[in-house]
Amino acid sequence: MSHVLTPPTTEASPHGVAQARGLFDREILSQAFLDSFKKLDPRVQVRNPVMFVVLVGSIITLLEAIAHPGVFTWSITVWLVLTVMFANFAEAMAEGRGKAQADTLRKMRSETEARRLTAEGREELVPAANLTKGDTVICEAGDVIPSDGEIIEGIASVDESAITGESAPVIRESGGDRSAVTGGTKVLSDRIVVRITAERGHTFIDRMINLVEGANRQKTPNEIALTILLAVLTIVFIPVVVTLQPFAAFSGATVSVVVLVALLVCLIPTTIGALLSAIGIAGMDRLVQRNVLAMSGRAVEAAGDVQVLLLDKTGTITLGNRMAANFLPVEGHSEQEVADVAQLASLADETPEGRSVVVLAKENFGIRERQLDPSHVFVPFTATTRMSGLDMGERQIRKGAAESVKRWVSEQGGMIPADLDAIVERVSRAGSTPLAVADGTTILGVIELKDVVKEGIKVKFEEMRRMGIRTVMITGDNPLTAAAIAQEAGVDDFLAEATPEAKMALIKQEQEGGRLVAMTGDGTNDAPALAQADVGVAMNTGTTAAKEAGNMVDLDSNPTKLIAIVEIGKQLLITRGSLTTFSIANDIAKYFAIIPALFAIKYHQLGALNIMHLHSPQSAVLSAVIFNALVIIALIPLALRGVKFRAANSSAILRRNVLIYGVGGVLVPFIFIKLIDLVLVALHAY
Amino acid sequence: MTQTIARGPIGFMEAIKQLGTNGGGFLNANSATTFENPTGLTNFLSMYLLLAIPVALTHTFGKMVGSIRHGVALLSVMALLFGVWVGFTSFAEHQNNPAVAAAGVHSTVGNTEGKEVRFGDTSSALFGVASTMTSTGSADAAYDSFTPVGGMGLMTGMMLGEVTPGGTGSGLYTLLIYAIIAVFIGGLMIGRTPEYLGKKIQAREVKLAGLAALVMPVVVLVVTAIAVSVAAGRAGPLNAGPHGFSEILYGLTSQGNNNGSAFGGLTGNTPFYNIVGAIDMLLGRFAIMVPVLALGGALAAKNVVPESLGTFRTDNGMFVGLTIGVILIIGGLTFFPAISLGPIVEQLSHGRFF
Repeated sequence: MSHVLTPPTTEASPHGVAQARGLFDREILSQAFLDSFKKLDPRVQVRNPVMFVVLVGSIITLLEAIAHPGVFTWSITVWLVLTVMFANFAEAMAEGRGKAQADTLRKMRSETEARRLTAEGREELVPAANLTKGDTVICEAGDVIPSDGEIIEGIASVDESAITGESAPVIRESGGDRSAVTGGTKVLSDRIVVRITAERGHTFIDRMINLVEGANRQKTPNEIALTILLAVLTIVFIPVVVTLQPFAAFSGATVSVVVLVALLVCLIPTTIGALLSAIGIAGMDRLVQRNVLAMSGRAVEAAGDVQVLLLDKTGTITLGNRMAANFLPVEGHSEQEVADVAQLASLADETPEGRSVVVLAKENFGIRERQLDPSHVFVPFTATTRMSGLDMGERQIRKGAAESVKRWVSEQGGMIPADLDAIVERVSRAGSTPLAVADGTTILGVIELKDVVKEGIKVKFEEMRRMGIRTVMITGDNPLTAAAIAQEAGVDDFLAEATPEAKMALIKQEQEGGRLVAMTGDGTNDAPALAQADVGVAMNTGTTAAKEAGNMVDLDSNPTKLIAIVEIGKQLLITRGSLTTFSIANDIAKYFAIIPALFAIKYHQLGALNIMHLHSPQSAVLSAVIFNALVIIALIPLALRGVKFRAANSSAILRRNVLIYGVGGVLVPFIFIKLIDLVLVALHAY
Repeated sequence: MTQTIARGPIGFMEAIKQLGTNGGGFLNANSATTFENPTGLTNFLSMYLLLAIPVALTHTFGKMVGSIRHGVALLSVMALLFGVWVGFTSFAEHQNNPAVAAAGVHSTVGNTEGKEVRFGDTSSALFGVASTMTSTGSADAAYDSFTPVGGMGLMTGMMLGEVTPGGTGSGLYTLLIYAIIAVFIGGLMIGRTPEYLGKKIQAREVKLAGLAALVMPVVVLVVTAIAVSVAAGRAGPLNAGPHGFSEILYGLTSQGNNNGSAFGGLTGNTPFYNIVGAIDMLLGRFAIMVPVLALGGALAAKNVVPESLGTFRTDNGMFVGLTIGVILIIGGLTFFPAISLGPIVEQLSHGRFF
């Protein structure tokens, strides 16, 4: 065995870009505080119709406060401005977390020098920033790779922790699917020649900086739809409030403009309006924390909609290595004998399969691991013999592919047991690999090597099924083997003997049926399918072509993460929906606070609607406005973290969220408006 | 002493008046007269006719979309709201009219002013709710003489947008508008791009549904504001104070919702009310239809997303609840301030709500 290239499998790593910042990082907080003033600019506010109305409202009350100064008018004005600023603060918080990550990345990008090869083959030192696509550079141990590229010569171990946070070095070599290198990563050993594949300013790190900063963040389709609904709910309340003035005049009552503005601000969905963009930014951020880079917010939303997951068998569903599961003796021999000889044959075999035989023999039959005598000679596996084993003087022990062992035994004049073929056939049919075991001229039996399904993966698939997501296993195995593993892992379907074309056809077929498809891939031949899939997650260890075709890159190169991506996508939408429901449900309590106060002078009878028994009309209106502002601050952590997501069917999720955010949204403001009123009274404000 | 009995070809119009949720009677007193509605049986038959088509259309809808359950869900929305409104209004009419009671006359059989003795208070309340909650607008009693909260029951029945069950056809399509908004909010809460009958509800659909839902409250509130602000409008109501406001609000709500019933106190046949009312009716009816048609086209052009366990169910109790919530939020929150200046304050002026 040469180097074993194990892709990092940690779910969230503590280093690298994905370094998770605390929710209330001081640096981010102070920056967000400053930004909440800067964002008061009407040109910024106009992008958010709900908050723009609040801003205009605060200008009206400000004019009123200047014309007719009073504690109440000023208080309302201040709280309205605070409402806008709290919304700014929420957005700035979300952006700040991204900016902090971008700064780390920027440091990495600068200060690098590249050893460029000139046309004559000489080396010259140039700043990394001056490299263009097509240049060739040399990197040796200790060098930082100056830009994204493809290795055209050599092999090296590379430390990619700057990007992935995974400290174990990975092997990169020319040719094949592991030839891509990323700028900013460090060569640890050997020497490679790299052809630069990225234009200036368009390297992977540049794209990451843009992404985490949200530089050209565009509203996603669902965000646009929700913004429209919020605009509708804002527009409808404008005539409601404006017509109150003539209605009141007809009734012989007078209502103050300040109170009308307060009523309007309380009725329009400010809570969700204030938090909407923060929710979107935070959703992307949650992905980055999981070491996944989404190339667009659209892809994150699509992840929530995915109905079919295409999962590669190896590495995603199974552990990648086959493990010994059973010893099956042929007639005339016992299981114990097979185990004993199999273990001897594997003692010097350091492959994972070999180790697993030793472990199984020990666990099931109590056969202790024996010491190898120096006279014993290990016979390694070769592609031609397709066997390995041990020569103990005269005694020769072999294990290997059934056909090879049979041939070896026959050549030595041994007999082939009559039932061997049947056992081999049965093992293959079950999706396992049979290894025949021979001691000299006697074939004792068969070792069954099984693909080991990852622990806990079946439960995950079960969750997916409850969420209405179909899982399809993709494998190069024959249909028999594939069916057996699919059954064991609990996937809904499988594609056996998969070729890139078959994969592509499957995606198209599902999409024609109206389903959204997500998949992972790393090879160049995966690129077309990655591009076709609605959510294509490329592994960071993969080729440049794969990374460019997909709309997400997983820096940890852990295909199981596809499931987490789907959950993050769903959580994003759920957070939006829940806070919208909460925001609208809040209106009921606000009516009961403000309507009696509005007409208190003319119609004291409406005091019957003052079921919260708020102290005075002014304290009632102010309490409602203060609640409306503070609830934004209170919900920032929820908006940034996202509403708790549990895998369950749609009805269960809906019931839970309607209960918490709908019913809760009706009740909570009654309690808090009353409390704020009590505080105002205690402070002798009214 | 002579009495002039108005006569004419009355009977033959009755069936189409009620069945077509039209409601315009031959005689001014409409179904309160013996020629239009002689007995308890015809009263019942009238209610049956006016509810028949809008209710039955939910079944048609279920058949057309290939799922009767979906039709039943919509019917449940209608039935639940209708039931609550009937209960509320009947209860209100079973009380003494506070104004009459204040004059020292106490009734033991509910609020009898303006009601035909052959129908009684409960039957009249039921008829009133059925007529205002469909866009029929016929009347077997004087709605102006209902108790303030009873009148509020009728008025708010229309303010919900005439969807419970609403007019023939218009009830269903307006309800679908609210259903789509409910689906959008509810669908988000389960973490999927919302879909109704397999059609994704995205920006375009939300825009059109939102526009359609906006029309009625905005039109009614704005024309009412105009009416209470100009002299020609102020001249209309018979009563002063909150009841006068209710008369104007009722009249313009009725026209904006294509209902046609009236609080009799409002003198509506003036140039002002005819013009304002005509605009009210035109916008209230056609300004909804345009976005609804566009919405239908947008949805028809979309591919159907196959249903799975992760799909937001639109044929169960939760969907019914959410749709009712949206109807109450849009209808209730937009009209609550106006209502509080009309019937609510009027009733409270007499002491208590019930």
